[in-house]
Amino acid sequence: MPSKAAFFDVDGTLVKTNVVHVYAYYAMNRGSVLGIAGRTLSTALSVPLFGVMDALDRKTFNEFFYRYYAGLSEDRLVTIAEDMFEDVLQPALYEQTQDLIDQARRSGCRIVLVTGALDFTMRPLARHLGADDMIANKMQFVGGKATGKVIPPIIEGANKANAIRAYCTREGLSLDKCHGYSDSASDYAMLAVVGRPTAVNPDLRLRSIARAYNWPILDLK
Amino acid sequence: MRPFKTLQKLYDEESQVVITEKGSPPRVLFHGENFLQEDLPVGTRVIFPRPPLAGVPNVKAAIRYAINNPEGMEPLHALLKPGMRLTCVIDDISVPLPPMVTPDVRQTILEIVLELAADSGVDDVHLVIANALHRRMTEGEMRRMVGEKIFNAYYPDRYYNHDAEDPDGMVALERTSHGEEVSVNRRVAESDLIVYVNVNFVPMNGGHKSMGTGVSNYASLRHHHNPKTIRASDSYMEPKASALYKSNERIGRNIDKHLKVFHIETALNNRMFGGPTDFLAKKEEDYTEADRLKFQAMRFALSKLPRAAARKVLNSVPAPYDVTGVYAGATEPTHQKTLETSWKQYVVPVEGQSDIVIFPIPFISPYSVNSILNPLLVQVMGLGYFYNLNRGVPLVKKGGVLILLHPAYDEFDPEHHPSYIEFFHRLLPETRDSMKLEHKYEREFAENPSYVHLYRKGNAYHGVHPFYMWYWGENGRQHVGKVIVAGAENNHVPALLGWDRTDTLTEAIEEARGFMGRSATISLLRIAPTVMVDVK
Repeated sequence: MPSKAAFFDVDGTLVKTNVVHVYAYYAMNRGSVLGIAGRTLSTALSVPLFGVMDALDRKTFNEFFYRYYAGLSEDRLVTIAEDMFEDVLQPALYEQTQDLIDQARRSGCRIVLVTGALDFTMRPLARHLGADDMIANKMQFVGGKATGKVIPPIIEGANKANAIRAYCTREGLSLDKCHGYSDSASDYAMLAVVGRPTAVNPDLRLRSIARAYNWPILDLK
Repeated sequence: MRPFKTLQKLYDEESQVVITEKGSPPRVLFHGENFLQEDLPVGTRVIFPRPPLAGVPNVKAAIRYAINNPEGMEPLHALLKPGMRLTCVIDDISVPLPPMVTPDVRQTILEIVLELAADSGVDDVHLVIANALHRRMTEGEMRRMVGEKIFNAYYPDRYYNHDAEDPDGMVALERTSHGEEVSVNRRVAESDLIVYVNVNFVPMNGGHKSMGTGVSNYASLRHHHNPKTIRASDSYMEPKASALYKSNERIGRNIDKHLKVFHIETALNNRMFGGPTDFLAKKEEDYTEADRLKFQAMRFALSKLPRAAARKVLNSVPAPYDVTGVYAGATEPTHQKTLETSWKQYVVPVEGQSDIVIFPIPFISPYSVNSILNPLLVQVMGLGYFYNLNRGVPLVKKGGVLILLHPAYDEFDPEHHPSYIEFFHRLLPETRDSMKLEHKYEREFAENPSYVHLYRKGNAYHGVHPFYMWYWGENGRQHVGKVIVAGAENNHVPALLGWDRTDTLTEAIEEARGFMGRSATISLLRIAPTVMVDVK
């Protein structure tokens, strides 16, 4: 039984995409022609807003963003997730992602994905990568339909660190021996909470933090 | 300026040992990316490198003669069979230092061997760089080492770096009689014939170490790259006095039992400096006015450059080494011949040890080509390599003082040495005890997925490599009573390494005399070029 885990952020760390791609895919696959057109148009119009919100505050961005799922059925979302993995996520995986995951497993780590995306969208990816577990946001469903609200706490920023800490306590893992991987300075807390943080394809702020704290920097290709 | 005639009286031109007198000139000493010019106390023994041996007149002819008249094996042409699988394993960029002017002798050897292979109907040929746990060589470095023609024909599918962490890329052979694991690169292990292309820069290189270390992995290397083996080695440069050598010998003999390895070893002279910097190899007594001017100009220019630029300038000057011998055949008889040539070039006999020994530390080491000589590498140069440049008896007395000349700056190359940074800043503040470091942290670093990834996909030294650097200094650390780094620009680097610091060499000598007594004897190893001592 592993005594340590490797926690991987997903968007930008293991895959080149971010949640906007995922949402766009759902918009494109709404079902009716009108639905597709309407959602695609509203997504296109919202892109600049997404960009600004993401830059300012990831939490607000996620909350705002997930409202777009309201009214979609759970079955439909799960079905689309499988297609979305094949069409969007799998082609966007970095070539070296699997090597890194395999190496972490060989070193005795349990593989855990930590993502602000919704759990059903990430399940096919987790299965593909051979992840043991996943810490992700969960959509609230009422009567089989998504409400557009995420069951709190929303997994992002400092909450990722809390979730990792709680996971380690629950699973009897040594936080100090655990590895963390992320691409974004917004995940600073997640990286700081584990004993062995690594910046992967980091943004400018995270690169600077990683240099200051002597964290290894990987440039996944 | 002292008149030349006066200087001439003060030393024996034939001797490599000069005793400092009142009128002796100041010494030109490496100090990282620049130089110090220092007057030494009267009586200081200065040990100079031997002049470069003459190179063989025709390198290609020497290679051809060696492979046609090998030691303890059939000639190479008789070993090559049509359709066979041939792998040429090549020493990496860690030798020689600095990299030699092109064509590199490895290129010359490969041109001959590959032509012979093609003529013999051998088409399945791979070129594997024996980088062990060293960093992967870059494309540009690989091109430079073998030349454009071979590079274009073989890179990247058939000319590549060894990958000690490829889960499918290693083969375990039977263990040695001492239980040491023997792992070898799969392509190498599955070849019908292996030609090892060696550059013997110092006597530690070559022989069984070539295959036993160069294409091996952590599981195998940890049996001799550990503090216990290092403590049991009196000198890495003298096989009889090296437990490290003996372990490699056991592993190498095992490899020779299972694989057919044809070694081609080359010895180089110590012509490290050429053209405008050739005066650096001279005794200061022999400097001409032009040499003095060139030195002052170089020192001034280097002092005005940012350190990174100075490093770049110094790294860009290749060494005009000459090949002094080429030997081929079975591992042991071939290496014995190489060792004899190597010692002839490097060894200077000296009478007795000294209480205080001074090592100038240059800008380069085997592990910092095109990179930074970080604090751990300064340590390995002083307590590892230079301390061990002897034939079993160190130059410094037991409990004596080593003075290292280096700025000891806190700079690391995150691309080449990422795990060094964590080792230096996280582990050394906790302990400098090699045994404790090995027991508590070595495996963690070796298996850290980030470091493994950087080793396999980037150009980083393996995660475990800083431990090896620390162990390398172990017998020096156990032997000396004190290390002082003169000219260190900060306090914390020497403190973390367990050393004292002073601003100047004069202060360091004063402190060392305070420790060893006023009548303490002093020696300076006037390196580089490379010099080894045989202490009588």
